[in-house]
Amino acid sequence: MPIRNTVATLLAVALGAAGEGPPGAASCTGCHGNARAGMAIPPIRGMPAEAIGASMRAFRTGERPATVMDRIAKGFTEEETQAIASWFAPR
Amino acid sequence: MTCLGRRALLAGIALAPPALAQGESRVVVVGGGFGGATCARALKRAGLAVTLVESEATYAACPLSNAVIAGTRPWERQLFSHEALEREGIHLIRHAATGVDATARRVVLGDGTRLPYDRLVLSPGIELRFDALPGYDEAAAEIMPHAWKAGPQTGLLRRQLEAMEDGGTVVMTVPANPYRCPPGPYERASLIAHYLKTHKRRSKLLVLDAKDSFSKQRLFQSAWAELYPGLLEHVPLSGGGRVVAVDAAARSVSTEFGDHAGAVVNVIPPQRAGRIAREAGAADRSGWCPVDPVTFESALVPGLHVIGDAAIAGAMPKSAFSAAAQARVCAAAVTSLLQDRAPAMPKLINTCYSLVAPDYGISVAGVYRPADGVLAEVEGAGGTSPLDAPPAFRALEAGYAEDWFGTATAEAFG
Ligand SMILES: Cc1cc2nc3c(=O)[nH]c(=O)nc-3n(C[C@H](O)[C@H](O)[C@H](O)COP(=O)(O)OP(=O)(O)OC[C@H]3O[C@@H](n4cnc5c(N)ncnc54)[C@H](O)[C@@H]3O)c2cc1C
Ligand code: HEC
Repeated sequence: MPIRNTVATLLAVALGAAGEGPPGAASCTGCHGNARAGMAIPPIRGMPAEAIGASMRAFRTGERPATVMDRIAKGFTEEETQAIASWFAPR
Repeated sequence: MTCLGRRALLAGIALAPPALAQGESRVVVVGGGFGGATCARALKRAGLAVTLVESEATYAACPLSNAVIAGTRPWERQLFSHEALEREGIHLIRHAATGVDATARRVVLGDGTRLPYDRLVLSPGIELRFDALPGYDEAAAEIMPHAWKAGPQTGLLRRQLEAMEDGGTVVMTVPANPYRCPPGPYERASLIAHYLKTHKRRSKLLVLDAKDSFSKQRLFQSAWAELYPGLLEHVPLSGGGRVVAVDAAARSVSTEFGDHAGAVVNVIPPQRAGRIAREAGAADRSGWCPVDPVTFESALVPGLHVIGDAAIAGAMPKSAFSAAAQARVCAAAVTSLLQDRAPAMPKLINTCYSLVAPDYGISVAGVYRPADGVLAEVEGAGGTSPLDAPPAFRALEAGYAEDWFGTATAEAFG
């Protein structure tokens, strides 16, 4: 029993550690949480990774107008953005 | 990895008991506000056994409470319970934590109970200092409310504004840095001015400030000139705005240059980390808690992490947004440390929305990463809303402020 407990805990812990995502992803959740009715901030969970990446690139260059995402996207490199995008896509 | 990061990591490995080998690790979180509730849920998602110690049955959220004071938002929307956290299997203890025995790794509760932990997270918020401004103690706050912790004080300030006769002067005092929510006093000044403009046209608002510069200053000041000319007067430090004493009986405050009486006086006093953080030995002489920027482990007490307003988080402001972002990073780091794995290098965001009027929102954003032992701003990112933006842009941001509140409270309280 103790052994099974340990394995279960370790497994859960290992999965959970990835649960907060790559650097930065946990902060996106501050505004892009689970979709709720009447929300004006668009949800990004489940959006294709390429679309998240393309939006972030357009926010960073200023090509896509924004209220706040331009200021946020500039804080992430292309590599970091890709990691975040791939993490949000399947959720 | 930074020096501090490595030190915290080594300390963690050296001191953590071999808990995983014996079954579940015990993590205790003290404080169920934006930081603590968000952290407890993230730790639970990671599969850990989590105990949350929170003294209050209902959490009253500060963000948007300035709109309650201005009468444009119902108070009920500020209230949250921890029931969803209990349903998720978080062990909730409704008690005040009164001490921490960091050597034995035990949290001491008001009733004498001692809770063992492998890792402890403190998110106790702030304590208002009733020993810093001569004349301002808890009794004075019943006459000149601070309303800087949402609760009965919020309602008191609201009722005083409602009861004030048209033509009365409202006085607000703003402390020096650091304090909870840097743009908060200026949002409050804006929304009180909005209330006066729409309900008490002959009244005035005087804001006495212990600082010369403040968060989103140009945006606030240009909006004040546009929306509240002649109604809101801001006196900075260099203009004699620093309040050095207050007199509750006379409802008046004193600067080095003279006294100002008000029909309503809102005193925002200096602050420090919540008492339990200081009892635990985690606060330095500044009254706030130095932490490792990678793990949020205390620089003073190993095995104990501090997040939210109580922590010295480098360039990150003391906001609910920061507290929640730190909570998730801290939860991931605690999980890693309990498995003897190196914590990941984090990156964090903060965004603070402020309402200058109900349909006029502005924001400041920043992206942060550990550098030279502190959380430093990523250059080239962040900043404030544009100075020249059409009303539709301001209205959008006012809507996003409300959206953010909905998301942040759903993430924290379910
Ligand atoms: C007027 C105003 C407006 C604001 N607006 C915004 C905004 O628009 N956006 C934003 O991001 N931030 C805003 N803030 C700031 C925000 O409220 C705080 O930064 C945030 O609440 C900090 O979270 P925390 O977890 O550190 O502390 P808190 O949210 O204060 O939570 C601390 C919790 O710990 C509990 N506690 C403390 N000590 C103990 C103990 N010993 N035992 C048991 N329980 C204990 C308390 O009861 C409380 O529930 C505003 C603040 C004010 C005052
Ligand atoms: C302060 C709140 C906030 C934070 C934090 C935030 N976003 Fe956004 N996001 C917005 C808003 C608001 C929009 C709409 C565009 C705008 O006005 O900036 C948006 C739009 C987007 C879009 C476009 C969605 C679509 O449907 O086209 C993407 C993608 C996105 N954000 C990704 C992210 C990522 C990734 C992060 C974390 C690195 C993040 N956001 C953090 C508020 C936020």
